Amino acid sequence: MKLDRRTFLSIGAGAAAGGAVGSLFTPLPWKLTDDLSIWSQNWPWTPDPARGEVTFAPTTCELCPGGCGVSVRKVKDRCVKIEGADGNPVNDGGICPLGSSGLQILYGPTRIKTPLKRAGKRGEGKWKPVTWDEALGEVAAKLSDLRQKKLAHTAAVYVNGGEGTVNNLFLRLATVYGTPNVFVSRTAWDTYADALLHMQGEYAKPAFDLENSDYILSFGCGIIEGWGSPVRMIRVNAQVAEAGSGKTVVQIEPRLSNTAAKAGKWVAIKPGTEAALALGLCHVIIREGLFNDEFVSTFSQNFEDWVDEVHTEHRGFKRAVLEDFPPSAVEKITGVPRAQVAKLAREFAAAKAPVALFGTGKGEEAGTLYGAMAVHALNALMGRINQAGGVFMLPPDADFNWPAPAMDALAQRSLRENRIDGAGTDRFPLASELPSRLGEVLADPKKPYPLHALLVYAADPAFTLPETEKVLAGLSQIDFVVYCGSQMNDTAAMADLVLPDHTCYEKWQDVPTPPGFARRHIGLTRPVVKPLFSTMQAGETAIRIAKAMGGPVAESFPWSDYIQCLEESMGARLADMKENGFWEAEPDKGPWYTAFKTRTRKFDFAPRIISPAFPDTKILLPTYEALTPAGSESGFPLTLIPYENLRLAAQNVGDTPFLVKTLPDSSLMNQESVVEINPATGKAFGLREGGAAILSTPAGETRVRVHFYPGVAKNTVALPKGLGHIGYDDYLAGKGTNVNALVGLLPDPVTGHNAALIARARIVPA
Amino acid sequence: MEAAESHEKQKMYGMVIDLDKCTGCGACMVACMAENNVPFRKDETDKFKSITWMRVYLLSNKKDYPYSDICYLPRPCMHCSGRGGHGHSPCVSVCPAVATDYSHATGIVSQIYTRCFGCRYCMGACPYHARYFNWWDPKWPEGMKEYLSPDVSCRMRGVVEKCSFCFHRYQRAMDLAFTEQRTELEENEYQTSCTQACPANAIVFGDLNNEEHQVAQLVSEPPEGKKKFRLLEQLDTNPKVYYLTSKDWVLSAANRSVKEEAKKAESGH
Repeated sequence: MKLDRRTFLSIGAGAAAGGAVGSLFTPLPWKLTDDLSIWSQNWPWTPDPARGEVTFAPTTCELCPGGCGVSVRKVKDRCVKIEGADGNPVNDGGICPLGSSGLQILYGPTRIKTPLKRAGKRGEGKWKPVTWDEALGEVAAKLSDLRQKKLAHTAAVYVNGGEGTVNNLFLRLATVYGTPNVFVSRTAWDTYADALLHMQGEYAKPAFDLENSDYILSFGCGIIEGWGSPVRMIRVNAQVAEAGSGKTVVQIEPRLSNTAAKAGKWVAIKPGTEAALALGLCHVIIREGLFNDEFVSTFSQNFEDWVDEVHTEHRGFKRAVLEDFPPSAVEKITGVPRAQVAKLAREFAAAKAPVALFGTGKGEEAGTLYGAMAVHALNALMGRINQAGGVFMLPPDADFNWPAPAMDALAQRSLRENRIDGAGTDRFPLASELPSRLGEVLADPKKPYPLHALLVYAADPAFTLPETEKVLAGLSQIDFVVYCGSQMNDTAAMADLVLPDHTCYEKWQDVPTPPGFARRHIGLTRPVVKPLFSTMQAGETAIRIAKAMGGPVAESFPWSDYIQCLEESMGARLADMKENGFWEAEPDKGPWYTAFKTRTRKFDFAPRIISPAFPDTKILLPTYEALTPAGSESGFPLTLIPYENLRLAAQNVGDTPFLVKTLPDSSLMNQESVVEINPATGKAFGLREGGAAILSTPAGETRVRVHFYPGVAKNTVALPKGLGHIGYDDYLAGKGTNVNALVGLLPDPVTGHNAALIARARIVPA
Repeated sequence: MEAAESHEKQKMYGMVIDLDKCTGCGACMVACMAENNVPFRKDETDKFKSITWMRVYLLSNKKDYPYSDICYLPRPCMHCSGRGGHGHSPCVSVCPAVATDYSHATGIVSQIYTRCFGCRYCMGACPYHARYFNWWDPKWPEGMKEYLSPDVSCRMRGVVEKCSFCFHRYQRAMDLAFTEQRTELEENEYQTSCTQACPANAIVFGDLNNEEHQVAQLVSEPPEGKKKFRLLEQLDTNPKVYYLTSKDWVLSAANRSVKEEAKKAESGH
């Protein structure tokens, strides 16, 4: 038989088809596929989490100042999930992405598991575990040694806030030890409190009754991006989206942030000029007579021109604002069209319960005193103080009735030394402390004296202060840096000795009122699990350091342990805290004639400072002073601003792996920060979307990626804030650039605090 | 039991997400990852390979400063019921291993990891990019396995995973109901992790078949001034996730047909 090509092919095809069809009737391929998939999936290292009884344990989240109540879901002894606590007045069941990922901190590699002593060079990451006795003994010995050498003032203490028992134990330690060099992280909330001190005669925290306000005028506050207590603020913002709510948010901000996008109206403004707009609004309200006449005429002073004891005439707030801030002038400064200035003022005045808010972004930067006073003046003009939907005063959460500290002569003497940062001296008479100047001061060869020791509790100055390079160089000059906290953050990484704290899932501690919250609200952290590692409640650490030092220092810490201190400090409040997880009290809602603690019992539009620091009378008449970042316009034609949001934790706690994962590729690309630039500007500078570029400022230079974003103004670059860590783990360290490394100090001319994170910049394709 | 089952009402779980309320904070993404043992890697910036059952997208009106506007859009699995609601969702129709299936009892599209052999047809079929492939074995840094939940199996290399509407929570709720001799669940007894976490209360979850549930009410009668839409409705996938918006540009971006987009791409706009 002759086999031609055609037959050969058809037999071949038939056999192939037959084989293919035939194989369907045998189980072999299916069996093989099945086996293959089972084999490829049965890796012994795929975890099989243990089962067990499910329970829920309450505590308070401490990862930001927001103070949310959380409920931790446990399976037997393991925590498996953190959820918002239902019914908690701060967050009622809601939770933010950072709080939700807290277990990655509790169980994660950034935890400090035992006291550590530096073994390699500073910042090298080589550590030797030591016992608690050794660690505390070393701290006490070093500090006592300095004290005996009459160098107590060269030891500094740095804490993240002035409220709560643990912060105050460290501050007390500083006082009885005898150092004037205490640093408390400075926020916009502190600046507003200063404004209240001057205008109302009482150092108080502002409480904003935003739930009952119908017109929220935000001067750059990241309402849904971490300003105040995040979940509470998002709830407030969501009220706006409720059909028929009649509530609106107006966002004044240079960049189209999430808050600006969600606001009823976004007013685009030049960076750092918010105070001028606030005063422009005051101008229109006064000129058109829209203010609250009863408040202004009966309960305020220095609104009209006034004459002092030596017959010098002074401009009142009214004339100053009418002369200096007409909408045409405001338009020139802020870039907001004059018609819009007038319209905003009329809207604000016409609302039933308007309120104006201060503090850019998350409020982590101090801002200017006049900025805060201008915003508060706007609230005062409309009589929004102690009114529903307005602003109230809260005392700081430091009312613990502690016995007066025992001060020996040594402490009294060294407390009188000038502070290293110059706060309280003739140069900065209005500041009690200036943490933002730390880098500059330490780098200054002519500094008054070197710092020999630094004790940091839960703050991260190495990351959060401007001029990172100077701060890091300064830290490395200090002989003995001690970090007390639960995570290996940037400051911990630069320390000589690390004293690990419990996390908020392992300890008893009070959590002070969330910033801006409408009532006093002290939360309670509770041990949800037994401490996992060889850590110690930081308050206990402070007490033990004091006791180990003996003498008058030890005498000022009469408590046997931290728990006793907490119980005595909270007093009757503790019962509520244990039952509900928090204690609450309404703010003073008294009428205007009892509301103000100034000498005249009136609200002061232009407070006068009487202090030996001012030979001439110093009058704090709110005004706008232009901030000029370093660098020439020709060399650095762009303006660099930071942007903040809830996916970027930028304070003493950094992003968890989950949070880094949520970052869009318009914030972080591989290991590089992504900058936002207006498409027109980007093209003019030869950049392309996603391309690499070199961003430089007078303070530094970094490689970034480019994202064209029409939500930033021309000639502006926006950089995400919260990246560029040197501490933590591989899931965060080394990713992106720290904004602080690129901006120089931009001091408020009145107080000296850092006014804003703004720098001049240039960008070229890489 | 059988009698009870046959009288059980058919449920159709779905979601309504109010984009006016959504702030893009990312709490839903993290709450989802924490609930469902979703792994993470050192570099998650390649978003095609980053496993996010819930992903928040950013929409832009593409106008220049200061008229630009943005809107966030959270995207879980849409749990499509397909044309006519017969359960022929795009992914279910193509899966050769019955590793993904449509439940007519709940309207939830399942994913059974041990059945999946990683052919990824479903990923190609899903028009929402809601499915993710495990290119690597999951790895947790030392100590972090402690927080893994026993309610959700950990996935292995070579399988596809996606949002389950937290089906294990449904199972738990039904188990509890059963011990109390009930066959029906209250609205709040079964809620997904993202719904529970959302600080803006932008996500509402429930049974679209149950008129008493808020989702059903929002779908049949959106609040004043808001319009509802679903993603790629024109594909007849019949998704069970509805969105609400009051912004016209968001609505028109959502309603833009695939053909229109293709035409634009061709003409280079």
